[in-house]
Amino acid sequence: MQKNKVLVLYAHPSQHRSEVNQPLFQAACQIDGVTAVDLYGKYPTFNINIVKEQQQLLDHNVIIFLFPLFWYSTPAILKEWQDLVLEYGFAYGEGADALTDKVFLCALSAGGKEEAYQSNGYLHFPIKELLRPLEQMAATSGMKCLAPFVLFGSRTAVEENRLQKHISQWQQLLNALVQGNIDIPAAQQVDKLNDYLDSPGGNL
Amino acid sequence: MTDIFLQAFIYLAAAVIAVPIATKLGLGSVLGYLFAGVIIGPVIGLVGEETTAIQHFAEFGVVMMLFLVGLELDPNKLWAMRNRLLGLGGLQVGVTTAVVMALAMLFEQPWTIALTIGLIFSLASTAIVLQTFNEKGLGKTEGAQNAFSVLLFQDIAVIPMLAFIPLLALPELQAQASTLAAAADHHEQLSLVAGLPGWAYGLVITLSIAAVAVGGHFLSRPLFRFVANSGHREIFTATALMLVIGIAALMSLVGLSPALGTFLAGVVLANSEFRHELESNIDPFKGLLLGLFFITVGAGINFAILFDEFLLISALTLAVIAVKAAVLYLLALIFRVKGSARWLLTLSLAQAGEFGFVLLGFSLQSHVLPAEMAQKLLLVVALSMFLTPGLFILFDKVIQPRFAKQANDREQDTVDETGTVIIAGIGRVGQIINRTLMANGVKTVVLDYQTNQVDAMRKIGTKAYFGDARRPELLHTAGIEHAAAFVVAIDSRECSVELVKYVHHCYPDIKIIARAFDRGHGYLLRQAGADAIEPETYHSALELGVHAMKALGHHPFFVEQQKAAYKNVEEQQSDLLYQAWIDDSDGERFDNNYIKLFLQMEEHLADAMGKDKRGVHSLSEREWTPPPKGYVDKIK
Repeated sequence: MQKNKVLVLYAHPSQHRSEVNQPLFQAACQIDGVTAVDLYGKYPTFNINIVKEQQQLLDHNVIIFLFPLFWYSTPAILKEWQDLVLEYGFAYGEGADALTDKVFLCALSAGGKEEAYQSNGYLHFPIKELLRPLEQMAATSGMKCLAPFVLFGSRTAVEENRLQKHISQWQQLLNALVQGNIDIPAAQQVDKLNDYLDSPGGNL
Repeated sequence: MTDIFLQAFIYLAAAVIAVPIATKLGLGSVLGYLFAGVIIGPVIGLVGEETTAIQHFAEFGVVMMLFLVGLELDPNKLWAMRNRLLGLGGLQVGVTTAVVMALAMLFEQPWTIALTIGLIFSLASTAIVLQTFNEKGLGKTEGAQNAFSVLLFQDIAVIPMLAFIPLLALPELQAQASTLAAAADHHEQLSLVAGLPGWAYGLVITLSIAAVAVGGHFLSRPLFRFVANSGHREIFTATALMLVIGIAALMSLVGLSPALGTFLAGVVLANSEFRHELESNIDPFKGLLLGLFFITVGAGINFAILFDEFLLISALTLAVIAVKAAVLYLLALIFRVKGSARWLLTLSLAQAGEFGFVLLGFSLQSHVLPAEMAQKLLLVVALSMFLTPGLFILFDKVIQPRFAKQANDREQDTVDETGTVIIAGIGRVGQIINRTLMANGVKTVVLDYQTNQVDAMRKIGTKAYFGDARRPELLHTAGIEHAAAFVVAIDSRECSVELVKYVHHCYPDIKIIARAFDRGHGYLLRQAGADAIEPETYHSALELGVHAMKALGHHPFFVEQQKAAYKNVEEQQSDLLYQAWIDDSDGERFDNNYIKLFLQMEEHLADAMGKDKRGVHSLSEREWTPPPKGYVDKIK
């Protein structure tokens, strides 16, 4: 039985060069219960249809942003999407409860190595810290934000044969979300969802 | 006059009945024509003596076919295949002639007759084989390419053969003939070279070939352009025919093969922008004449001799096919032609050909062969041509599937090539489309009916062809079967709708992208089956509106948003408008419902772009709207 409907909002502005996110997007398209949307494909001129996007949010209970990390944030269209779709009166504000109790998470690739994203590393902040604006966006809209699902060192993942494992974990994660088999508090606690999926409890 | 009508009707009716049936049975059109000939000739005797006369006329189909073959073959390609042409072709003719001659001498024929027979049977049927390759779509395969070089060599080799055969004349036959000839008024063919000394003959021939090559290259373009600009399609057809017939006449006058001359002219014109148009003009004539030729072959079969000596003739036929096939198979081995291609080469060229008839007739005239032997050989040639479709069926049903299976097992992932895009109309609109595609490495074929446009495109290195894109044959030669998309950018409302309708009907898989002049034209195109339609003035008008708004001092980004809002409403409403338009199919398209909807759209537009000041939240004002003042106090 499918319990949840999962929406993957995928943002990659140059997909012909993508080595990590494109396979993840394609894997997501194959899973029942998952709606995967290529935002740059749907709105090549950023002409985002607010009405349709809001309806799509109402139709799903898990929202995932899938993107490569650009300057410690999302590619531009995901920011635009938030600015337009998460309106006052819909996502937040008086009487707004459209997104309440939905689950939100980011699935991203980062160029730097995991050691660099530490307070003593050369990028100074753990990835979860850098994604605080998105975490707070979820919180303001009443959504539960899980830890991010991350692939570090993404530029060499293919060469070092790390991509295949990441894709299978991604499929495992999406299936678990569809089935409702995720321990939400535990998945919020960890630094990254990969750790949760690797743990005995997460290995479903 | 009545006779001619009656005969033409009989020939046409036979073809009309026999060819579709043969095609349906998978036998190919050639066998259909041959059967049609047998039925109207020997079987029910509707036609008789005149077939030989018609055959001479129908041989012109072979000439036209070689012109078309030449058109498909530019000089670079010809040069690239020189090894196959001379090696494979030369050895095929040489070895086959030698083997057949040796066999004939075994049966105690004098060497002159044996050699003549060898020469006759070394030739295969260009007409049957190329026509069949075309019909079965085998033309581009390796086997067919090799077969083509052999056929080409044979067609060229016929010319020296015709010169050589009279030297083999038998003294006793000649003596017999000379007594007859003294009585009869000898019919001399019109010739420019009769009685010239050797060196002058050579000079005349060289000059004629040079005239065809140079004239074809330099004079044909201005001529075609002059004719094309007159705008009369039938005059263009007349010009194409005039060219082919003129060259054939010139070649006959100097004693060369008309087929060779037109082939040469075809090669010279292969790079011309008029190539596709020429092809589509000549092609129907070629098809009909070749059909006629095959009918006459069928009709000319002498059943009396066939039945009297059935065993001898069928044994000879099978022997000829076996010897030819064996030689071809051996050569295919030597030239490393592999797999199904080797079998295609072997089986497709195992018959004797129409030039065999020509050589037979000529040998008879030159007293090289006795008459009764020529009759039998004629039957052998015809019978082997009859059996050719059978060999093709053998290839299709038995050999091809076996190799196809092997090939499938071997390679799974084929790299798919970028599909070609055909652009009809290379005016202002087509040019931009073409440049966009070419810049992205997409192969385009451009068609236009205005010669100056085609010229201009050719100057900047585009593959542009002159021709009317509405002609099915032209679309076919431009490769529409393999194209991924078809762009309609021609400068006529009616023609573009017609073109979209035709292409959508015949090639439902191809994506049709069409330029519309206005809303109504866009609906017509959509109804005709176009997949993507853009009105030509819409986007530029919208941009001009943007400039006007900016001139009034509006912020560029705000103006851009207003433009987007306009497009959104237009897009949403256009479906409704189209439905309203299509519902009212009685000529008057813009009925009350349509007008109502149109006014409604105007209203939506005003609303969306914020001109409506009724205090309602309009669409454009919704974007990036800040939360209401004092909202912070209401959020905990």
